[in-house]
Amino acid sequence: MSGPLDPVALTVFVVLFGLVTVLGFVAARWRQGDLDQLHEWGLGGRRFGTLISWFLLGGDLYTAYTFVALPALLFGAGAMGFFAVPYSVAIWPLLFVVFPRLWSVSHRHGYVTAADFVRRRFGSRTLALTVAVTGIVATMPYIALQLVGIEVVIAALGLHLAVTVAGFTIQLPLLIAFVILAAYTYTSGLRAPAMIAVVKDVLIYGTVLAVIIFIPVKLGGYGHIFAGVDPTKLILPPLPKGGLGAQSAYATLALGSALALFLYPHSVTGILSSSGREVIKRNAIAMPIYAVALGFISLMGYMALAAGVKSMPAYAAGFKAFGPNFAVPALLLHAFPSWMVGIAFAAIAIGALVPAAIMSIASANLFTRNVYKEYINPGCSDAQESQMAKVVSLIVKAGGLVFIIGFPQTYAIVLQLLGGIWIIQTLPAVMLGLYTRWLHPAALILGWLTGTAAGTWMAATLSFKSATYVLRIAGLAVPCYAAISALALNLLVSVALSALFNLVSRGPRADATVAEDYV
Amino acid sequence: MAGQPRRRARLYHLLLLLPLFALWVPFYNRVDPALAGIPFFYWFQMAWIGVTVLVLLIVYLLEHRSGDKL
Repeated sequence: MSGPLDPVALTVFVVLFGLVTVLGFVAARWRQGDLDQLHEWGLGGRRFGTLISWFLLGGDLYTAYTFVALPALLFGAGAMGFFAVPYSVAIWPLLFVVFPRLWSVSHRHGYVTAADFVRRRFGSRTLALTVAVTGIVATMPYIALQLVGIEVVIAALGLHLAVTVAGFTIQLPLLIAFVILAAYTYTSGLRAPAMIAVVKDVLIYGTVLAVIIFIPVKLGGYGHIFAGVDPTKLILPPLPKGGLGAQSAYATLALGSALALFLYPHSVTGILSSSGREVIKRNAIAMPIYAVALGFISLMGYMALAAGVKSMPAYAAGFKAFGPNFAVPALLLHAFPSWMVGIAFAAIAIGALVPAAIMSIASANLFTRNVYKEYINPGCSDAQESQMAKVVSLIVKAGGLVFIIGFPQTYAIVLQLLGGIWIIQTLPAVMLGLYTRWLHPAALILGWLTGTAAGTWMAATLSFKSATYVLRIAGLAVPCYAAISALALNLLVSVALSALFNLVSRGPRADATVAEDYV
Repeated sequence: MAGQPRRRARLYHLLLLLPLFALWVPFYNRVDPALAGIPFFYWFQMAWIGVTVLVLLIVYLLEHRSGDKL
């Protein structure tokens, strides 16, 4: 539909995809451990050193959806889409300072999830359940969106093998990719995405280098590329009268996304799988290399504008089916020879498999530890626990697949937007919990409830189309990312009620951790 | 409480606030001066990634120099 089948590109794509499939299964034997233990299957035995962690975290946080959706944002909305860069700057000091503490306490007590930590720190399994459920719900649409990345490149390759099952049309290649992913995640656990992430990055960095060198030359330099952007979208609009306009939206989007990132279960899994707190610190220093790549990848949106792919008949069908998300594939098809297209598309598709695997493992860990073991089968053996997680990882992925097939794509996008607003509401319990247990668990639960409800309400008033809710502060209109305003409410409730509850309920509270556990 | 936690926050940890300057939009929301055709808005934010790496590296090295057990 969106182009003729290109045999060279397709061959390269299939060969690379085959390679990572083999790697995924071989990974089970890598740094071999007893996969009947949850921390072996679900955290790779906490043995990943600086280099592997770097690839794993990179594959985890910079996903295929990023590679497709961010340039699409610049392609459509201009400067606003570049918020991903200051976001990428703000996350690393946070990782450096806060999260080695989570690693230390988890390592000492054998915690596999953030909810495990909250459970023991505050002695409240209800609070832990809120953290676990929020994590699972926020991750599901994220997995579904990874499929969009695969869908787009498969369509761009000109591969159309659809089958209809029970009234739903499924792209066969997408289904095959997902069955393979599910199989090696099941058998190898976190070792599979860790190994595949290395291959993915070699492909991604190769592609990015080719993009930043060859495409600008072809298009007549960066000056020419930026000249193709609508001047009103090239930078953010100036401050409007009586408000902060797009500028406060930009800054709060960056800050809110940064605060939310390491609360996502797949980020926690990446952090806890490293072999030491120093590994996390070194990675906080080295990870910004990805941010540079991300910046250039975002600019591909402008390159696509300058190349004029949107008005080319060859790509009309693709744009019709995927909207601005087709900008990057169209640009690559337009600018690169077939073999290079095959590599770039494989990079995007494999870039979807890595985070999808980690996300399903992380959700499975949460469900198994904080729902199954806590509420359903407290006496389960290690092997039962690990087996449960493997099965749940399959269910979670199937859920993502059903979601993307059965519902319009906009549902996944809306849910992912809400997911960011929801996951940040676990910040007081998880991040502040790493520093103090002064906060009262009941107050944290009520704060979480307030923040979640308020954030969802704000998004609802925007018809779930945007997450920037306009606040009125002292007569000033301040557009603010709903996650940030809802978090502020959450913190207010958590702190005020903690002060109250701590007065009423005296006596020591259950805290399984001590100060030395965190350093 | 058995003993003091080994590591404490030090003054140089304040350096870690520097990357957050990337959130001060009015400072860089401009086209000029452009660099190799890239407007200020874009190259400044990209350059700030470099500043972030530098700051983190300095803090990391200072932490190791100050003799804290790691």
